[in-house]
Amino acid sequence: MLDNFGYFWEVVLKGLPYTVYATLGGIAITIVLSVIAGLALLSGSRTVRFISRIYVEGFRGTSELVQLFWIALALPILIGFQLVPLWAGILVLGLNHGAYGAEVVRGAVQSVPKAQVEGAVALNFTPAQRMRRVILPQAFIETLPPFNNLFIQLLKSTALLALVSVPEMTKQAEELRPIFGGQVGVIYLIILVLYFALSVVITFVMRLLERAAARRLGRRPVKHDTLSDPLAGMPVGGSALGGKP
Amino acid sequence: MSSIDATEEPEVGAEATDDSANVMIQFDGVVKQFGDNVVLRELDFSVSPGEFVTLIGPSGSGKTTILRLLMTLEKVNGGTIQVDGEYLSHMYRGDKLVPADEKHLTKVRKRIGMVFQQFNLFPNMNVLQNITEAPIRVLGLPKSDAEERAKDLLDMVGLGEKVTAHPTQLSGGQQQRVAIARALAMRPDVLLLDEVTSALDPELVAGVLNVLKEIASTTDITFLCVTHEMGFAKDVSDRVLMFDQGQIIEDASPDKLFTEPEHERTREFLHAVIDRA
Ligand SMILES: Nc1ncnc2c1ncn2[C@@H]1O[C@H](COP(=O)(O)OP(=O)(O)O)[C@@H](O)[C@H]1O
Ligand SMILES: [Mg+2]
Repeated sequence: MLDNFGYFWEVVLKGLPYTVYATLGGIAITIVLSVIAGLALLSGSRTVRFISRIYVEGFRGTSELVQLFWIALALPILIGFQLVPLWAGILVLGLNHGAYGAEVVRGAVQSVPKAQVEGAVALNFTPAQRMRRVILPQAFIETLPPFNNLFIQLLKSTALLALVSVPEMTKQAEELRPIFGGQVGVIYLIILVLYFALSVVITFVMRLLERAAARRLGRRPVKHDTLSDPLAGMPVGGSALGGKP
Repeated sequence: MSSIDATEEPEVGAEATDDSANVMIQFDGVVKQFGDNVVLRELDFSVSPGEFVTLIGPSGSGKTTILRLLMTLEKVNGGTIQVDGEYLSHMYRGDKLVPADEKHLTKVRKRIGMVFQQFNLFPNMNVLQNITEAPIRVLGLPKSDAEERAKDLLDMVGLGEKVTAHPTQLSGGQQQRVAIARALAMRPDVLLLDEVTSALDPELVAGVLNVLKEIASTTDITFLCVTHEMGFAKDVSDRVLMFDQGQIIEDASPDKLFTEPEHERTREFLHAVIDRA
């Protein structure tokens, strides 16, 4: 039964780069849109807030799959221009997760104590300088755990790209299914493991960032339960922090 | 940039016709309310350049509100505030006085600095950056000049060793001295102190107060200070204002106010504060 394992592995791995591109591309767009739309949600201008709100609610409130069909299949008919399926997929992943990320950024900015803003006003920073120099550097750390979740969700959503013929991992598995129908268990187990491995990589990177951010703010390293913490047990520069108890 | 020169003289000849040259801070009929809670009722008072004025009064009487109005962290509901003859809360549009916009606030705020009860140091910066960031970004000082000045200020507040420390590595008293240095780095004409030792452990209070005494006696900065440290207030103040229910009920020299207050309310308050200490 495991005779074909090597072959399955080989075929599925061919899809891995597409899954990785889609994930990284989607994350990049997500970050950009989250920051823009998140700050727009806090804008002094009602119009700006309104536009951002429409974007956020629009993309959160409709199906990701239908959004994908729209951009990959319907839009080309309407405007006569066909996006490469992978790019269409990345765009949808970014637009969709950026809508969730906007709320993350908004919440993180609002979590910075008002006293920090007032300290910046007392030094006569302009509103833009307050945001750039004081608020965002402190809000950053708050965005990391929710963004970790969001990026993992984005990774898993890349499987949808199979439906617009992007040859990513799930699509590759689909190609195998009609031929090796009896062994779908093994085939899907392989891709489950690969998705899991990728999500562990995402979490690992995000935890590293969180640690670095905590250190920069003079906080103790963030404690995570050992099971889900890929850095658990690793020595950290705790003593160098010397934070006041 | 010439705009950082804090020694700018008021216009020549201004004092001959206008006594505003001798007024650094001027409150005229200032009203401030939060919802139905009227905190300041038509408050009038003024502070001369270089004067050290201490505000005392019971908790909740509006002392912090006065400082926050001056720092433009709050807006008046009525009346006007002037700093060195310039409207703070308002500005001229043509010859009409209208509420100040952000651009105007930025211009007048330049003259004023504030030290907060909770320090409000920026945790995303080390001690030196806390002090140099505003001079570099706001005043446009070259980094090396800003750092040199910051180090001088840190020496003055006794923290010359802590340049690269992180604020969280410092005691409360040290953090507050950094906050004082940070405010001074902007070369304010007016420095607002809001209970700057209230959040400190008792043994750290004296260090901060000594630094402030030193600054008060060696600079011509105008101070408006809220404190419950009556010994300190008596030592450094030129004038003490007793504040209650949105009004100044007594305005006297520290010697007079602390030894023979005129108002019963002042007497009660001083007793309460001194008993507590
Ligand atoms: N942001 C605010 N919103 C509502 N009420 C406020 C606010 N700030 C101050 N107050 C109220 O104004 C009054 C005066 O407060 P404050 O100026 O802090 O007094 P003090 O510094 O003399 O203790 C208090 O009754 C307080 O509850
Ligand atoms: Mg107060």
